[in-house]
Amino acid sequence: MVFLEFEKPLEDLYEQLEKLNEVGEQGGIDVSKMTREIEAKIKDKRKELYSNLTGWQKVQLSRHPERPYTLYYVDKICKKFLELHGDRHFADDKAIVGGLGMIDDQRVVIIGHQKGVNTKLRQYRNFGMANPEGYRKALRLMKLAERFKLPVLSFIDTPGAYPGIEAEERGQAEAIAKNLFEMAQLKVPILCYVIGEGASGGAIGIGLGDKVFMLENTWYSVISPESCSSILWHSWDYKEQAAEALKLTPEHMSEMGLIDGVVEEPLGGAHADPEAMAKTLKSHIKKELTALNKIGVDKRIKMRIDKYRNMGKFTKV
Amino acid sequence: MGWFKRLKDGIQTATEHKRETPDGLWYNCKKCKHTCTSKELKENLWVCPSCQYHTRIGSNEYFELLFDEGKYNLLFDDLEAYDMLSFVDLKPYIERLESAKKKTNLKDAMQVSIGRVNKKPLIVACMDFTFIGGSMGSVMGEKIALATEYAIKKRVPLMIISKSGGARMMESAYSLMQMAKTSAKLSQLAQAGIPYISFLTDPTTGGVTASFAMLGDINISEPGALIGFAGPRVIKETIKRDLPENFQTSEYVLETGFLDMIVERKDLKETIGDLLNIFDIQPSSRIILSSLRSGSN
Ligand SMILES: [Zn+2]
Repeated sequence: MVFLEFEKPLEDLYEQLEKLNEVGEQGGIDVSKMTREIEAKIKDKRKELYSNLTGWQKVQLSRHPERPYTLYYVDKICKKFLELHGDRHFADDKAIVGGLGMIDDQRVVIIGHQKGVNTKLRQYRNFGMANPEGYRKALRLMKLAERFKLPVLSFIDTPGAYPGIEAEERGQAEAIAKNLFEMAQLKVPILCYVIGEGASGGAIGIGLGDKVFMLENTWYSVISPESCSSILWHSWDYKEQAAEALKLTPEHMSEMGLIDGVVEEPLGGAHADPEAMAKTLKSHIKKELTALNKIGVDKRIKMRIDKYRNMGKFTKV
Repeated sequence: MGWFKRLKDGIQTATEHKRETPDGLWYNCKKCKHTCTSKELKENLWVCPSCQYHTRIGSNEYFELLFDEGKYNLLFDDLEAYDMLSFVDLKPYIERLESAKKKTNLKDAMQVSIGRVNKKPLIVACMDFTFIGGSMGSVMGEKIALATEYAIKKRVPLMIISKSGGARMMESAYSLMQMAKTSAKLSQLAQAGIPYISFLTDPTTGGVTASFAMLGDINISEPGALIGFAGPRVIKETIKRDLPENFQTSEYVLETGFLDMIVERKDLKETIGDLLNIFDIQPSSRIILSSLRSGSN
């Protein structure tokens, strides 16, 4: 088990539990009563810690190394999935995956950021930071979805679009902009979930949708708290303050009217019970797609654009 | 040369050199070290007479430079930014807004106007870098949304002049969503068959580049402008090696295929006029410009 900083009290309790079990085994003593007590304590402590998470703690949870990523959910949710590769222009980006799937009887096109599950794969997936090809592959698949009248399901989980020389040369900005432009007018439903990190343009580049939801322990912001700290505080040390100031939690985003809702995670986060998380997500997706499929094409596009049209706050003088 | 004279009179310059060189003093070119008077610089459209370095200018200057007889109406001028998130870093956002308003005499980092360029009507939405780095917040997004709606209703082409460090962090996700909002509105403009000219000036980076600035039917830039998604410093820190020469300059971006052309400031009006002539869009109703630099809608 990997414990985060703020989970230190939990880690201590788990250590106590382990020692107790050792003592019990070695001495042949019945420790079951004490074990139950510690387990109860763990449960209470976990509830307490998770009932009041700060912005920074949610950022940490969203990056938890054991957290499920797009392909995990795809595997659990779809009875069939065919991964499709390449942007048909330059390359196959490993940081954005996509393909055709069946969720029970609902056929879908799925796109999503993908992070690696171990050191080697993290490199391979470029830490979930896509190059322009990733965004162009996603657009190609969305156009495929449009042609065959399949709804699009998008999973967002990125620390940002990759900032590299080649990414700039091949038009990182243009690729993201083009996706926003095309997603606004896509004739099929687009349903988006922030399943981990929602960092800025790299996130919204596959994140314009009829409905956008965030899992409970994720974040969505114009900039990562670290970079915000570096720019506005001129130091890397203010990430906690930056995370608070940015109001990047699902609860804040929902209050601000910038997302359509929050999907509850199992106690202790999605990684504590990935199967349960996938089950919750699947029923959420089915319900939302059923509703979106009922709306006529023109009306749905108008509602989608009007939703974004109304985002923003200002005064009139 | 009537409009030259007007440029000299009354219009406040918003160049980065203003404080160092008030009128009558010297301009020191940061590129070639050439020295001339501020008056000479102004008469050369704030372009260094020696090396053609295009210094940064503001929306009022671009409006004067583009529109026939310097006549145009400001649009949607009643919108003003406010601190909706009570954002505080080293300085509260509300104070940054107040000091920017005072310093620039503007209400936010974008002004929109309508006028004629070589007799053809055009709506121009132009950023002001002096207002919190031309950052894109809710006001800029709303002005672009209103400008596209106005362009569709009046059947008048739209030009957006970008000069921005990107999204305004102090508006957090509200500023991020302006990328989606502006791109969605431009998709409607495209469907209505109204041309959109994106003019990228120094600098155009971040969320501005990754939304409306890269979506022009025609993408034009000024010479020597910094254009990119990620800033050069971030890229250098990420890849840990030196960047190619001229990386992320207009000239480089033209070569990589994301610009239609680079146009010097002295040729801007003519080029835009030519484009408008070729697109030849008939406005749905007569455009009446009430007066010089009018603020009416
Ligand atoms: Zn010079």
